[in-house]
Amino acid sequence: MTASDAGASGVRPAAVSARGWGWRHAGRSAPAVHGLDLDIAPGERVLLLGPSGAGKSTLLHALAGVLGDEGDDADETGSLLIDGVVPRGQRGRSGLMQQDPETQVVLSRLGDDVAFGAENLAVPRDEIWRRVHEALDDVGLRSAGGGADGRAGLDADGGPDAAGLPLDHPTSALSGGQKQRLALAGILAMRPGLILLDEPTANLDPDGVLEVRDAVGRCLDKTGATLVVVEHRVSVWKDLVDRIVVLQPGSSAGSAGSSAVTSAVLLDGPPDQVLAEARDMLIGAGVWVPGYVPATRRRTSAGSGDLLLAAEDLAVSRERPRRRGFRTIPPVPVQSGVTAQVRSGHALAVTGPNGAGKSTFALTIAGLLAPVAGKVSAAVELSEGAGIDPFKWKANQLISRIGTVFQEPEHQFVTGRVLDELMFGPRHLGHGEERVDELLERLRLTHLVDANPYTLSGGEKRRLSVATVLAAHPRVLVLDEPTFGQDANTWAELASFLTELLDAGTSVVSVTHDQEFSAVLGGAELRLGPASRGGARQEAGAA
Amino acid sequence: MRDALTLRGNHALLTRANPLAKFAVVFLITLVLALSIDWVSATTALVAELALFPLAGLTLRLLWQRGWPLIIAAALGGWSTAIVAADSGAVLLDVGIWSISEGSLQLGIGFMLRGLAIALPAILLMTCTDPTDLADALAQKARLPHRFVLGTLAAMRLVGLMAEEWQTIGMARRARGVGSQGSPLQRLRATLGQSFGLLVQAIRRASRLAITMEARGFGAGQRTWARESTYSPLDAWVLVGGVLIAATAVVAAAGMGTWNFVWR
Repeated sequence: MTASDAGASGVRPAAVSARGWGWRHAGRSAPAVHGLDLDIAPGERVLLLGPSGAGKSTLLHALAGVLGDEGDDADETGSLLIDGVVPRGQRGRSGLMQQDPETQVVLSRLGDDVAFGAENLAVPRDEIWRRVHEALDDVGLRSAGGGADGRAGLDADGGPDAAGLPLDHPTSALSGGQKQRLALAGILAMRPGLILLDEPTANLDPDGVLEVRDAVGRCLDKTGATLVVVEHRVSVWKDLVDRIVVLQPGSSAGSAGSSAVTSAVLLDGPPDQVLAEARDMLIGAGVWVPGYVPATRRRTSAGSGDLLLAAEDLAVSRERPRRRGFRTIPPVPVQSGVTAQVRSGHALAVTGPNGAGKSTFALTIAGLLAPVAGKVSAAVELSEGAGIDPFKWKANQLISRIGTVFQEPEHQFVTGRVLDELMFGPRHLGHGEERVDELLERLRLTHLVDANPYTLSGGEKRRLSVATVLAAHPRVLVLDEPTFGQDANTWAELASFLTELLDAGTSVVSVTHDQEFSAVLGGAELRLGPASRGGARQEAGAA
Repeated sequence: MRDALTLRGNHALLTRANPLAKFAVVFLITLVLALSIDWVSATTALVAELALFPLAGLTLRLLWQRGWPLIIAAALGGWSTAIVAADSGAVLLDVGIWSISEGSLQLGIGFMLRGLAIALPAILLMTCTDPTDLADALAQKARLPHRFVLGTLAAMRLVGLMAEEWQTIGMARRARGVGSQGSPLQRLRATLGQSFGLLVQAIRRASRLAITMEARGFGAGQRTWARESTYSPLDAWVLVGGVLIAATAVVAAAGMGTWNFVWR
């Protein structure tokens, strides 16, 4: 691939060059990146690896030209250039996709959202709509006919078309994978020479991951643009990239006063070579190296199997009954006719495609949502006098019986300090404070007791959120996608820890797409069908 | 909640009018009705507005769903006006300190009708106007700064998202043992805590969205518009219609001798 000529797609691949580049965020003492020397040739595809804190996201943000100004107490050293020019002055030369799909969408209609970047680059109107259609085709969200004047949406006869989605399709109705592909389309419409992906698939289920990966591959083949992607799961991107660069944390690299400045780049080369050379180091850093499943503890006891919680012919929805004037209308369930049992010492994996209502089901049996129809009943052994319906339990009664770990740990933080966070449950219950030290130790949080929960790394937040819920000593633990976006080390720790709990008689219900994780926990699978068809009866198989 | 802000499925005539023209008409009618407290001008405007329902794709059912708090507020306002206003004419109802006379009843009904007649145009506008189109018109036709207009538009998407987030955080906190039970003080504290959680999430989301927008070239400098906001002959008719409704209301009230400026 040559740098000079723009391809038929009108894209001129970008070259990246860093010389002793470093960045310290405002208000931090240590630099996020230090002494980075790196050259990326036009059209190259680079996978960026490294432990958390190595400054991968900082580098991507800098290349996207969205790092804060140097003026406000942040510090920049060395140089970082795209095609020999600083990134900040080159709007549209690069396009950035971040992790959270919800914040990758700007406008409420599909076509408008793709057009947004091109508008900002002052592309002429006719050209914008040509690019919108092309970009949507490229990412596999084919636009359904429609004129090129942007009013197409209002004249189209609405409803999902067999040929694809109409330009006025509401962006809020897209799945996570579709939202990320939409973001990619919005980036492509700017015709950038450099595509930057910051953990683009960390929040997606396996289908969504492949959807996005394949769309990225197609677009790169077509445009020849340069790619830099940050991702834990090497196997997803390995065949698509032609180079892997491993970064190491900036603080350890050169901030130690007068010591010689070492490079921020630890390893650099073709994927197979880097993976072979640095396999052990990468595994140690928690990177998901292809063909490697982290070692986990095996289960030693099958559990007593006493029934703790049962769902009978359950219909679930996140929506509450709605008031329309004076009438009350029950919500339309996302899933119905679900029957399942939760047993002591047994794991239950709730699986199924996107939108099947897995999380909603889990929240309902966890006593956090009221069932739309059917019932959730707690056995006497679990309820211990609190009544049969978990939804009616008081908050204090609930946490000592059923603990729920949400997908986003931050949603569950209620204090400003790790130790208070762990003590919160026991203090409210009036017992169990002695368990806290053990949990801190077991989940490697002891050195963080005084830290603010919001400032922890992703893996630490996950471990903390599990620990806080367990501090109340529930008999049933419900986890919503506990392994999403986690590095291999956190994954292994979490899985091993849960096997211990299971062996001790706790019941673990996990909503997960992660088959290896379910395999470690053992137990039954409750597979929910794609849509609510009503009356579909699902049984959890015996353990 | 998040779909409430889109126009999908509404193909009524007024959806094709320029949002600014509709905005101007709503402003005009509201202004005229705010000038007088009388039942004739309010009734005239109200009848005209009801006649516009089909043109805007609004039905009574939809109106009740979206506007029932306003409707109930108008009715309550009218009722209390009828009770507390100074009596004049024959007394119709007298229960202790409360009395309703012909005069106060007339005032009360006028108040209620006027409340409805003022609220309805705004509901009509919302029904037949997509926020994106309104933003386009405000930036391109009214020449408001596009950074401000588009920033607000993008933020509105987050508002819907935050409503869902509020529910999730509420459940997540219940799972931590923060209940909605207890004394009012405890409940207040729980709500404050939940608000803080939401605030943190809102700030995180907003800063990520800002990065997304900036990375797509949003900021200073010239931009083009994929959707051109245009005026059509329909907009002239919208304006004519609006002026007609306002004028008819004034003329009818003046003719019946009921027009009275609020400041008199």
